[in-house]
Amino acid sequence: MFWQLFYTYFKIGTFTLGGGYAMLPLIQREVVDRKGWIDEEEFLNMIALAQAAPGLIAVNSAIFIGWRIGGWKGVCGAVLGAVLPSFVIILAIAMVFTEWKELPAVEAAFKGIRPAVVALIAAPLFKMAKSAIGKPDSDSSQKGRNALPLLISLAAALLIWLGGVNPVWVILATIVFTLSALWLNEKITR
Amino acid sequence: MLLYLQLFLSFFKIGLFGFGGGLAILSLIQMEVEQNGWMSQQEFIDIVAVSQVTPGPIGINCATYVGYTATGSVWGSVLTTSAIILPSLIIMLSICKVYFWLSRRFQGNVYFEQTLRMMRFTVIGLIASAALMLIKPTNFIDPVSWIIFGAVAFFTVLPNFVKKKEGNILSHPILLILLAGIAGYWIYR
Repeated sequence: MFWQLFYTYFKIGTFTLGGGYAMLPLIQREVVDRKGWIDEEEFLNMIALAQAAPGLIAVNSAIFIGWRIGGWKGVCGAVLGAVLPSFVIILAIAMVFTEWKELPAVEAAFKGIRPAVVALIAAPLFKMAKSAIGKPDSDSSQKGRNALPLLISLAAALLIWLGGVNPVWVILATIVFTLSALWLNEKITR
Repeated sequence: MLLYLQLFLSFFKIGLFGFGGGLAILSLIQMEVEQNGWMSQQEFIDIVAVSQVTPGPIGINCATYVGYTATGSVWGSVLTTSAIILPSLIIMLSICKVYFWLSRRFQGNVYFEQTLRMMRFTVIGLIASAALMLIKPTNFIDPVSWIIFGAVAFFTVLPNFVKKKEGNILSHPILLILLAGIAGYWIYR
């Protein structure tokens, strides 16, 4: 089981570009459709849990599936398989990059790449905000209320960017604030 | 030895509070590596660029890279990569052990679901802050930088409005980074 999980995740880890989310459809095809290790419903539950829990989504999913299928051995195989390809590739790059960086051609290329990276980080925000707000209701007042939590996004961004606040505190504040608001709301309406 | 301990603690913290996947984790990594002086702003943005064109989760890529450059040793990479995974191992395995109890108890729980919903908005703010912190004169050296920024943003957002498949080929991040690199080479060399 160790080698099977290792091989499956190694393959997925080697051939997915673009991080954890890009891995999910490939994991589904391998683990659900081809191997039939878990069914579709459990896979969807797994994604929900892997996203709700902290940490990298690809690693979280490897831990869950590894455990369900092969216990401790499965976890070790799946996690090693998921991590090893990027570990080896980045290590190789890190070893030569410090020298390559000095080359005028590489430096010129990166001058063009840097603003592109900022755009690539910022651009998905649009889609994320749309899906976080959810489907617009026919009632226009409801629509406004759904978008209200975007103020939280704004506050979080400003606190970290201008205030230099560590993101850890912003995350903890969100949890504490939401839970206490719900608790107060329950007390009042009761 | 102290450096190794600091690296471990930093990446353990990133793993523990890294909600919302790769891009949201970027702001945490950026804060940690900059405050500790392990990476310059330029190095950080360069490694994000490298992460976009190499396989694997972005968090692992950053951890491996910082581990090596900060210590000059492969063991630094092993340490940081393990440190970022460790919280996931502890939390996900605990979740697995109580999975059936958990899914019954938390499905439809208002407190659980609303916290997750609010967290999605915080994550949007975290990603926005990661982008905002990178808008600096060292990364945006002249007006051409802003043209590249605008063009990449345009082609990435385009698929949200255009249903046609042909227009969406240009929205692929790897292609966009390669094109930006070629443009940079052509303009700045």
